Amino acid sequence: MKSLAELKAIKEKMKGQVDMRAENEGNIRVVVGMATCGIAAGARPVLQKMAALVNEKNLTGVTVTQTGCIGLCRYEPIVEVHEPGKEKVTYINMDENKAAEVVEKHLAGGNPITEYTINESDLVK
Amino acid sequence: MFRSHVLVCAGTGCVSSGCNAVADAVKEQLKKNGLEKEVGVTLTGCFGLCALGPIIVIYPEGSFYSEVKESDVAEIVSEHLLKGRVVERLLYHETVSDEGVKSLNDTGFYKKQLRVALRNCGVINPEEIDEYIAVDGYQALGQVVTEMKPEEVIKVIIDSGLRGRGGGGFPTGRKWDLARRLVPDAKQKYVCCNADEGDPGAFMDRSVLEGDPHALVEAMAIAGYAVGADRGFVYVRAEYPIAVKRLQIAIEQARDYGLLGKNIFDSGFNFDLEIRLGAGAFVCGEETALMASIEGERGEPRPRPPFPAEKGLWGMPTVLNNVETYANIPQIILRGAEWFSSMGTENSKGTKVFALGGKIKNTGLVEVPMGTTLREVVFEIGGGIPGGKKFKAAQTGGPSGGCIPVEHLDIEIDYDNLIKIGSMMGSGGLIVMDEDNCMVDIAKFFLEFTVDESCGKCVPCRVGTKRLYEMLDNITKGKGSPSDIDEMEKLCHYIKDNSLCGLGQTAPNPVLSNLNFFRQEFIEHVTEKKCSAKICKELLQYVIIPEKCIGCTLCARVCPTNAIEGKLKEKHVINQEKCIKCGACVDKCKPGAIVQI
Repeated sequence: MKSLAELKAIKEKMKGQVDMRAENEGNIRVVVGMATCGIAAGARPVLQKMAALVNEKNLTGVTVTQTGCIGLCRYEPIVEVHEPGKEKVTYINMDENKAAEVVEKHLAGGNPITEYTINESDLVK
Repeated sequence: MFRSHVLVCAGTGCVSSGCNAVADAVKEQLKKNGLEKEVGVTLTGCFGLCALGPIIVIYPEGSFYSEVKESDVAEIVSEHLLKGRVVERLLYHETVSDEGVKSLNDTGFYKKQLRVALRNCGVINPEEIDEYIAVDGYQALGQVVTEMKPEEVIKVIIDSGLRGRGGGGFPTGRKWDLARRLVPDAKQKYVCCNADEGDPGAFMDRSVLEGDPHALVEAMAIAGYAVGADRGFVYVRAEYPIAVKRLQIAIEQARDYGLLGKNIFDSGFNFDLEIRLGAGAFVCGEETALMASIEGERGEPRPRPPFPAEKGLWGMPTVLNNVETYANIPQIILRGAEWFSSMGTENSKGTKVFALGGKIKNTGLVEVPMGTTLREVVFEIGGGIPGGKKFKAAQTGGPSGGCIPVEHLDIEIDYDNLIKIGSMMGSGGLIVMDEDNCMVDIAKFFLEFTVDESCGKCVPCRVGTKRLYEMLDNITKGKGSPSDIDEMEKLCHYIKDNSLCGLGQTAPNPVLSNLNFFRQEFIEHVTEKKCSAKICKELLQYVIIPEKCIGCTLCARVCPTNAIEGKLKEKHVINQEKCIKCGACVDKCKPGAIVQI
């Protein structure tokens, strides 16, 4: 190593790995339902896909994590996006492709994809 | 890339409570659940809560699991890492409240802490240089050698107000400045690190070496650039095998990256480091003895001046700092002198690491800003005294320091305040004592240590500490007389005034400080032959309360010296001449008729 630039390159490469190890209260939290119902419906690939894409696109400030049963088992896999200061967005019946789209449009682009979200009519039915 | 990180504490405390087996179990369970590509496992340095090891922290949630057993691991992996359900049962109890799981930084232990020297301990993998680089590692070194003049570096350190963390508290920047300028035509200069942490109960430096060894490597290279040295030595005791191993790995990794060696950052600056192992002699923590030991000589001190900055290793100018002092350096360079001097008190800037031990709930490692009160450290961070006992005193500075009694609980801890009340900062051991500790016995304990560790070169220390120990020993055995106390005080001052090095000059401090604050206890020992704390065995008496004795003979049968007399169904009596105060009868007596007075 002969320059600060080389040092910086290593730092950038490692950032994703170390950044997670702190309390990130201002982060967007993406929560995937991973109870038995979620896993059975295919939540694992959704979680993996989202975590991988967030890293790949270097979306700092986004934490992908998992939670237990959200209570709407028939709409699993469910993904919730919690953004500080905004209302929670709940995506239902997710799969890998939809997950990729959410990362692209919502997490990176800032626009929730309403056609995948839960709404009143889903709950009434 | 990992979506989740499992950090397992691998400091010495957790290693001895079994963290390696836990870490292996985590890896095995991850494999079993097919998660090994999603979840990373990292062994880190000390989190500080050594009493609660093994410790696991899982991110991004920041869940802090304490006292984790191998058998708990399967549940943590399948519940938390697979299904995302935090296993509350196994969390550090302070983080669980009625309102859900609290952040670790909101717990009593961490709330008032401020981690500078320990900032990477428990965060990065100490055996992985890339992780250190990811948290700004080696950036300070890069800046220093490519953008700053040595004088500028020294000015930053002087302006920061950093003082030596090894005990004396000499301003670090001034030390560097002297080493730079005192001998302008020196052919060779050295940078040296004192990692010979010898105070009983102190483990601050060990934790830095184990948790963040690259910080030391980087800081020593910076010191080398500032004073004009191209070689460095770390003197560390062989009794710290994990620290030595990780430091060795760090040095090799830094060499591989060209961060040690020739022409660092293409600046023309050369620097390399070597480890020297010490055999664990306390006197080798004294700087001149330490350097003698590095040179391969017998570890004995020599008179100062000349100070190491003028004539150090092999007669050459040498800068010598302690591990914790160095650990602050890269941060000061990166964040500026002003940032550092904004923390702490008027004459003591920054933070200080303390190793909490003795009668305290949260045994472990804490770092607080200078000026934090002893009460905050003991009762808020340390969690207070176990068993509802009363605080009696805290001992700082190890065998060279003294006690801080209860009336000084609100003292703001810094160099000057501690000296004012007859103690000293020392390297940071903080041992808490409660009402069950006898202060004569404590003084004797530290004297026994210094008698053992005195190198024997000078008479005041070699003979003086021995005589002092004998006087204390007599007092604890009921053979002391009131005149002994004054004699002891005289001897203390004689040893202080006439010893060659710091070991002897400070050895009487525990006695003087205890005499100052707890003189009544000494007087009680010599006049009434009584030890209120019931520690000095030979001043105790075991007696049988006649009203409670049922004459069962159990006590008489268990007594190894047949000191208990009495027939079946009659009251028993202990013959004080024969009694050796072993206490065996007390445990056997069912009605609780035998008491200590």
